[in-house]
This record gives sequence, structure tokens and C-alpha cells, in this order.
Amino acid sequence: MAVLNAAVPAGVAPRRRRRPRRERWTPYLLIAPAGLLVAVFLIYPIGSVVYYSLYDYNVTKPWSNGFVGLGNYVTMVSDSLFWRSLVFTGQWVFVEVGLQLVFGLALALVINETFVGRAIGRALVFAPWAVSGVLTTTIWLLIYNPTTGFGRYLADAGIGQYGTSPLAEPGSAFWAAVVAELWRGIPFFAILILADLQSISRDLYESAEVDGAGRFRRFWSITLPHLRTAIIVSTLLRAVWEFNNVDLLYTLTGGGPGNATMTLPLYVARLAIDAKEFGYGSALTMAAFVILTLFSITYLRLVRVGKDQNS
Amino acid sequence: MSRAMTAAAPPAAVPPVTAELRPRRSGADPRRTPRWAIYVPLAVYLLFTLVPFYWILLFAFREAGSTSLFPWPITLEHFSTVWNGAGFSVFFKNSIIIAVLTVFFSTVLAMFGGYALARFSFRGKGAFMLLMLCTQFIPGAMMLIPLFDIFRATFLINSLWSIVVADVVFHLPLSLMLMAGFIRNIPVQLEEAAWIDGCGRLRGFLATVLPLLRPGIVAISSFAFISSWNNFLFALMFLNSQDKFTVPVGLSYMLGEYSVDFGALAAGGVVAVVPVVLVFAYVQRYLVQGLSAGAVKG
Repeated sequence: MAVLNAAVPAGVAPRRRRRPRRERWTPYLLIAPAGLLVAVFLIYPIGSVVYYSLYDYNVTKPWSNGFVGLGNYVTMVSDSLFWRSLVFTGQWVFVEVGLQLVFGLALALVINETFVGRAIGRALVFAPWAVSGVLTTTIWLLIYNPTTGFGRYLADAGIGQYGTSPLAEPGSAFWAAVVAELWRGIPFFAILILADLQSISRDLYESAEVDGAGRFRRFWSITLPHLRTAIIVSTLLRAVWEFNNVDLLYTLTGGGPGNATMTLPLYVARLAIDAKEFGYGSALTMAAFVILTLFSITYLRLVRVGKDQNS
Repeated sequence: MSRAMTAAAPPAAVPPVTAELRPRRSGADPRRTPRWAIYVPLAVYLLFTLVPFYWILLFAFREAGSTSLFPWPITLEHFSTVWNGAGFSVFFKNSIIIAVLTVFFSTVLAMFGGYALARFSFRGKGAFMLLMLCTQFIPGAMMLIPLFDIFRATFLINSLWSIVVADVVFHLPLSLMLMAGFIRNIPVQLEEAAWIDGCGRLRGFLATVLPLLRPGIVAISSFAFISSWNNFLFALMFLNSQDKFTVPVGLSYMLGEYSVDFGALAAGGVVAVVPVVLVFAYVQRYLVQGLSAGAVKG
């Protein structure tokens, strides 16, 4: 463990030249397996998605497969579920990332303090991070289900009615899914923020305190500016992740009730897995790629503009 | 970790004075937060975290038909239902095979690539690192269709290998970047000493770097294990006979049944969570440490 913290001198470059010439190809040989795997199973597939998106392609209906040009894209533009899923994706990502940032930051600040039971508290608080989407669904389904969930026990105690589930109504289904996803999303955020919090020098706080800065002032002037990059990176990562992640919604709501919780990637996954509509699914995939890329570029540009104005 | 130890020594015997009034003493933390400001939010959050875990344990261990809020008397009948009746013994075995192979290949390949990134400067290194980072933005759901086609063409559909390949490909970039960070933190002078003693690259690496790399390897392979164990979509798409299902796929089919046996479902969930919780308990201290060591700051 000490190894991790060992200070390593950065300037080892001049010695490298003394290496024998025959090592010129060594680094390429070393990265070759990883590079090949990524090229074959990630880069090539992206190309093939472009290709499929121009075809009618359904494994279960081979007789109607064939080139349709931009037909799938025309279908997409007039597909009301596509537009609705787009709006819902935006809502989902915004609410999830926003709440995860607030609670994750608060949690990281608390865990970063020194207190009795810190190690065990940290382990317990972070535990949902390791839980899969399907398992999260299993757990929260037990909680939301009208016969096994909290609702039944509340009804036993005279609060609310029997037989209700938050997953049954579009509005409450959204918040039910949000809470379940927060349960395992907040720890992830807290872990990223905590890693950065621990790199802030304690001297900064001490000298600020000598200068008479109060607790809030120290947070505002030292902690937050220091965390800026970590917050930008982790919100972006989380946004992409929440956009992409479909395990939980696929199993918890399946996009329902009445397609009210259908995100765009979930729509793609359902087309691919349930309907085997590969052609149309590929066209939607292209749309998702474009949106994701535009979002990432815009986001990074926006925060960079903010930085220039501040400094 | 040492900080937690020192905190454990004086159990808040000092009367709670506000931080501004308290005189600064050497040894005492100058910015001591009032205890309630730590324990109250922590307790509230722990409730949110742990009650769902309790709920699944309650249903897994409680007798069928009981409505008690305590799993008493404890029964293991639901576990034997899922393990033998619902086929979880097979799913568990499949998940373990996939996870172990994924961990092995992604960690070994990450060691190769990570070493190249940490110890060589070569043309195209920046581009390679950028490529590895970009892959992190590729959604798994989007790769279902093209990967299905590749695996169909190579007759890997309904083979556990399809999942191993997909898991390795998706996890390798992260493993590789983390590994590069860990290797970079090991002084190159150690290796140089070995070279002077007549070792080649490989022997030098095995003799000096590998022993020091152990914590890194443990952390990286644990992440790979958790991500592979939890993977759902690929297994759902690429495996189609019940003897090949993984634990998450088995669970998802139980969720989709018309009348769910909740006790068995909860027991299945507990079976699914035990391996990751064990790995997590071991690896959680590396989580923050590994990140703050600058490992992922590409």
C-alpha cells in the first residue's frame, strides 16, 4: 500500500535512450492485444451500426430484409416514441446526476471527516456501488411491490391503501426508479469526490483558519474550487453512464407504464433483445451516438467558457 | 487509514465547544466538526442504504406466508428452492466461469498494455490513450446488435466465451489505464538495478515490479470481477439456453414471471450479492486510494 503513495521522480526520460535499439517494437507488441480487441469488438461494430442503419434487418423475418436507404431514419423522425424517449432520457439524466451530485458531495464531505467508526461507516455507505442493476431491481421491487413492500406494512398501520404500487402510475414510477438508481448511484459519486477531497492539503485549511475564515468560507473558497475538475469530470461521466445504463430500467419498469420511463438506449435494447429489429435499432443507435457526442462536447465547452471568465 | 486510528483514540471526551472558540492545540485537529454534524447525516444515509439490504434478507430467510418484520424462525427453504429448483447452481457456476476468465484475460492484457504506457515513450502513445478513454463512452446497449452479428458469424452465440470476450473488451481499457497508473508509481530505478544485474525486460519485471504491483493487481481484478459478475445485457442477448444463463439473467427471468415467488426471488438476490459483497469488502479501501493515487487522471 505504501507503494501507492511513494513519490516517484518524474525525470527518468534521459536514461531511456540507453535502451537497446531492438526494443523499438516492444511497446507496440505490448499494446497490440488490447488494441486489436478494441478495434475488432468496438471500432468495427460502430462502423457496422452505420451500415445496418441503412437496412431493414430483422433476424426473425429474413424475407423482408434489404436495403432501405434512409428509410429507418425517416421512420425515426415520425416515431413519437423516439421523441418521447428522448425527452425522458433528458429528464432522467438531469434528475439523476443532479441529485447524485448533491447527495454524493454531502456524503463525501461527511466521510472525509475523522470520526469513530469511519472505516466501517465508509464500507457500509459505499456497499451499493458493487450491486448490479438487476439486483437493485430485485431489492427495490420487493420494497415497491403491493404485497411485499413498505406500502403493505404502512397500510397495516393504517396509512394509505392496500394494493398500491408506485410503479403502477407513470409519475410515481419515474420517482420510484429515480430513488432506486440513486441508491446505488450516490456511492459512486461520493467515491470519486472523496478521492479528490483527500488530495487537498490540510495546510490550506489551517492557514485559512488562522486568517479567520469560517467553516462555510473555507468550504466555499478552498474545497469547492479544488473539487471543480473532479465535479466536472464526474458529472460528465455519470451523465454518460446514466444515459447508457439500461439494466435497472429494463428490469424494474421495462420502460412502462405506457412507455413513460423509456429512455432512448432502453428503446434500442428492447428493439434488439425483444423485437430483434436490428435495422431500426441501429438507426436509433446512431441518433444516440450523435446526441452523446454533442452533449459531451457542449458540456466540456460550456464549463471551459465558465473557467475563462472566472480567471 | 492511520487517520481513522488516531480518531479512535480520544472518544470525544472533550465537551463540545464550537470550533471558533476552542484554542488551537498541537495534536488536536484544528477544524474539528461537531459530532452531531457527522453522525446525524451519516445515520440517515445509512438507513437509506441498509434498509433495502435488510428487506431482501428478510424475505430470503423468512418462512413463506409470514408477515413478521423479523426473519424468525429462520428458514433456508427458499435457498434450496432457487439453488436446486430454479437452477441457480448452474447460473452461479456459469457466472463464476465467466468472471474468472474475464478477470484473468483483462488483468494480464492490462499488465502488458499498462507496462508499455508506463515505461515506454513511443509514437502513437497519446492516440492510444485517447482511444482507450473514448471507449468508456461507448454504451453497451448500443453494441448489442453488431456484437450479436459478430458472435453469430463466429458461432459464439450461446457460448460463455461470447460473454467473456464482450466483458474483457468493455473492461480492458479501464483496467489498462489503472494498471499504467499503478506501474508508474513503482520506481523505475528498481528495474534498472535488475537490468544492470543482467536481467532482461521480462525477468526484471517479474523480479522487481510484479511483487510491488500486487495491491494494484488485486484492486484491478476485483473491479473486473464485479463488473463481469454484474453484467446483464450481454448475457441476456447472447445466451439463449437455460444451462448457459448467468445469475443476473436467471434473476431477471424470475422477476418476469407471472406470479413471482418472492421468497425464492429474495434468496436468488442474496446468492447474487454474496460474491460481490465479499470482493467489495476486500477492495473498498483501494477504491478511494487507487483513485487518489492519480491512477485515472489520464
